[in-house]
Parts: sequence; structure tokens; C-alpha cells
Amino acid sequence: MAGWLEVLVAPLRYAFMVRGILAAVMVGVVCALVGTYMVLRGMAFLGDALAHAILPGIAVGYIVSGGARQPIFWWAMGTGVVTALGIGAVAKSAHIKEDTAIGIIFSGMFALGIALISTMRSYAVDLAHFLFGDVLGVSPTDLWLTALVGGLVLATVLLFYKEFLVLSFDPVLAETLRLPAGVLHYLLLILIALTIVVSLQTVGVALMVAMLTTPAATGYLLTRRMGPMMAIAAVIGALSGVVGLYLSYYVAIASGAAIVLVCTAIFLVALVFSPRRGLLWGWLQGRAG
Amino acid sequence: MLDKIGIVKPVAHQSDAAILEVTGLTVAYNGTRALDDVSFRLEAGERVAVVGPNGAGKSTLFKVIAGVLEPTEGEVRVAGCSPRGHICIAYVPQRTDVDWAFPVTVEDVVMMGRFAKLGLLRRPGREDRDLVRRCLETVDLTAFARRQISELSGGQQQRMFIARALAQEAQLMLMDEPLSGLDIPAQDRILEILDELRGSGVTVVVATHDLNQAADFFDRVLLLNHTLLGIGRPAEVFTAANLQHAYGGHLRLIKTPEGLMMVDDTCCGGGR
Repeated sequence: MAGWLEVLVAPLRYAFMVRGILAAVMVGVVCALVGTYMVLRGMAFLGDALAHAILPGIAVGYIVSGGARQPIFWWAMGTGVVTALGIGAVAKSAHIKEDTAIGIIFSGMFALGIALISTMRSYAVDLAHFLFGDVLGVSPTDLWLTALVGGLVLATVLLFYKEFLVLSFDPVLAETLRLPAGVLHYLLLILIALTIVVSLQTVGVALMVAMLTTPAATGYLLTRRMGPMMAIAAVIGALSGVVGLYLSYYVAIASGAAIVLVCTAIFLVALVFSPRRGLLWGWLQGRAG
Repeated sequence: MLDKIGIVKPVAHQSDAAILEVTGLTVAYNGTRALDDVSFRLEAGERVAVVGPNGAGKSTLFKVIAGVLEPTEGEVRVAGCSPRGHICIAYVPQRTDVDWAFPVTVEDVVMMGRFAKLGLLRRPGREDRDLVRRCLETVDLTAFARRQISELSGGQQQRMFIARALAQEAQLMLMDEPLSGLDIPAQDRILEILDELRGSGVTVVVATHDLNQAADFFDRVLLLNHTLLGIGRPAEVFTAANLQHAYGGHLRLIKTPEGLMMVDDTCCGGGR
């Protein structure tokens, strides 16, 4: 018993581990809430694109500030919001298919980001941090920023819960109820961008889409209503953060990857064993029928 | 300012205006005309069937009336005003256009009808929940209130949307092929419910493939194939000439002892 307690407590003796866990929990919750809408509306690819498209903003922030965290945060946020609105506008114009347009913007911006970062001396190390996260490098100021922006996203999601519900389930109903559908859609894109920015340090650009979609998709498998889906997703997101960090501490693997692997494992368990939507359930039903 | 960001204050109904007046309505997608110079008017409380082959523009007509789609030419007036000023128009989608795996229960969906009246930021209160319960009673779905929507049969799914329109306090209900793909008892139950609603003055417009049903259950029929081919009592509109015009080669008219039989081989499926 005491041995297990020691296993749990030992990492917490390091302040950077405590900060990392706090950040991972906040990021897990916020990603899960916003990710619920992304999963229900089929926006996973858009989320992935948006995360990658933020890289040039990070790079410029890095070059301008010489590596200080806070300017990078604000530059990333600016780029995220502008790109989110840009993608929204591109999706509306009918010249090329939406996913093609998103693919072009996303890879172009990503390439620009890599090009900018490659001009720096410590290229490989810094690029790895941006791509895969550096949750153990979270500073107290980072924590406050995450709490502030994360809290803002959370409040907005809860405040417009019923509007986003209608918009996701039945966009035509949203129009006939005269809800401001266009404004709500852009608001959601901005929320996704903000979520990505606060999560950058935890999981990085490349693994972002996992934090946004995997816990939400797991929630989807386990319940039949959107509220509980969000709640389950939030719990799974937070839990993955904590378990992932312990895993990374004891097994010595990259923290962002560990968090995402835990998410994925929980998803796979749900995929097989979920009542009604699970594979096992389907198989048993098939045999019974 | 408020209407700039899309917040609409519902307009008052003009008591002397028709519930629906469509004038010279044309809708073109990329140069092809889905609807061409369509004009008609409906009085409050009518039951009207919109009939026409697949791709005749029935769904387009409904979406313009609902204010979801902008007309290319002409105009639509609902109770004297543009549809975009109203929250009393309910559009019941085709069942194939709905994501039935979406994590909502039957009562969640019916409650969505209340959201316009509630306005932004307000949560449903006890009155809203009471109304939703009464709407579910009206369509006989009380026992299914907490089911996830994929657990309903086709007829029950359609009744759920009628309940949602009632919760919305809709004055004009547009139903896109509510009966196609349902078995006969389920169809009859829906027609029965629509009949029960007659007393409340709701105008119901139903797109359907079934010409017999249109003739038997509706006050008037509207025959559409991009242009308006006729509107009026079924006997006046469903003439051999009109039907040939609407269905062209798809329709066979067969003389039987009981009268004229129509055989339509364009049955069911998508269509807009």
C-alpha cells in the first residue's frame, strides 16, 4: 500500500511535474468540450489543419522575442484566430472543395512555419518542442494563461450550449429558429483556435487533433446525450493527462505522446466494450439475432 | 445592430395577409432553374400537398419559404412579411437528411423547438418542459421521451419532428416527404395527427410522392415540376394533361373500371 502511495507521490516532489499535471488536466478538459462539437460536426480535419497552420505564428513570436514564452503565446493566438476565420471564409467560397482548400492552406502555413524555425540555431530542439509539446517546461505564468483562456473557452461553451447543440444537430433548424448561425459558426472556429493555442505546450501541433477528438469520440461511444458526452470526454481528457504524465515519468517517454497514447487506449477499450455502440455489443446482437 | 449579427426580432403577423404568398418565385443554382416563376397563396389552416417528380424543386420551394434559401427572383411573404422575420415556420427535414446517431433524446429534439422563443443565453424553464411534455403527448410519444433518436421507428421519428414543430408554436409547417418509406399504419397515424391539429389553425404543407394520398387527405394540391402546373382541389389539378406534363415519360396512365390509374415509376429516394 505504502509502495503504491510512493509511486503516486514521488513525481509530485518536482514542481515542474505538478505544473505539468495541472496544465494537462486543464487542457484535457477544454479540448474535450470543444472537441465534442468537432466530433459531432465532422471537423476533425479542420482542427488538425488549424493546429498546423499556427506554426508560423509561433515561429514569428519566437524570432521576435528571442524565445520568451508569452510573446509566442500571443502570436500563436493571433495567427490561430485569423486562420480560423480565413478557413471559415474559404469553406464558404465554392471554387474548390472545402477539404482541398483547407489542405492547401494547412500545408502551406505549416511549411512556412518550418522554414522560419529552420533559420534559428537550435532548430531541431525547438521544432520538436513546438511539434510534440513540452508540458514539463510549463511555467507558472503559462499556467495562469492556460487557466484564463481555458476558462474563457469553457464559459463560452456552457453559455451557448443550446445554440451550438442546434447548430450541430440541425443547421436548417438553427436557421428557421433565426439563431445567428453564421456568427455561431465563426465563434466555434475561434474557440477551436483558442483551445489549440492553450494546448500547444502540452501536446504540441502534431498531436493536437488527438486531444480534440479522441476523448470526445470516446464520450460519443459511451452515452446517448450531448451533455454527458461532454462530461465523460472531459473526465477522460483530464485523466489521460495525469496518467500520461506518470507514464512518461516512470517509463521515460515523451510526455505529449504518452498522454495521447493513454487517450487512444481508453478509446479502444470503449470501442470494443461500449454498450450499444461497441463492437462486442454489435457482435453479441448479431449472434442473438 | 442586432440584426447585423443575425439576431432577429420576430415580426407581428398582419391579420389581413395570407399565411403564405409566393409571387414570381425563381431559384437558380449555377444557371439551372430549380423553380421558375412560381406564384400561389395559401390561407391559414389549409392542408396542402405538394406533388411532383423527383428533382421537381419541392425541397427548394420549402427551403425558400422557410427563409433558409434566398430567392433568385420574386418574393415569399409569410403573414405579410419576409420569412426571415418569422420564428413560426417549422421545416421538417427528410428523414435521410438527419444524423440519427447524434447523441440526443427525443425530448431534447422537441425542446429545440423552444430555443427561438427562449432567446440567447436563457435555459429552458418549467413551462418549456411542460409544453414539451404536452407536445409529446399529442403525437403519442410520451413513453419514448428519453430514448435516443435512433431507437425510434420511421413513423415515430416523423412524429417527433411534428412535436418539435408544435413546441416551436409553428403557424406554418413544411414537411418534406414525411410519409415516404413508412408502412401504411404509420402513414395513417401521421395523417390522423395532422387532422387533429386542424383545430389549432396551423397551416400544413406536405411534399409527397403519393398522388392518391394527396387527393384523399388534403384540401388542395399543388402540382410542381420546376414551374407551377396547377394548384386547387385534387380533381381540378390531377387531370391527365397536367400529370403527363409533370411526370412526362415516367408516368403511365391506365384506364381501369374504377377510373384513371396512375403508375409512377420514379418512386422514393432522394430528390430535392
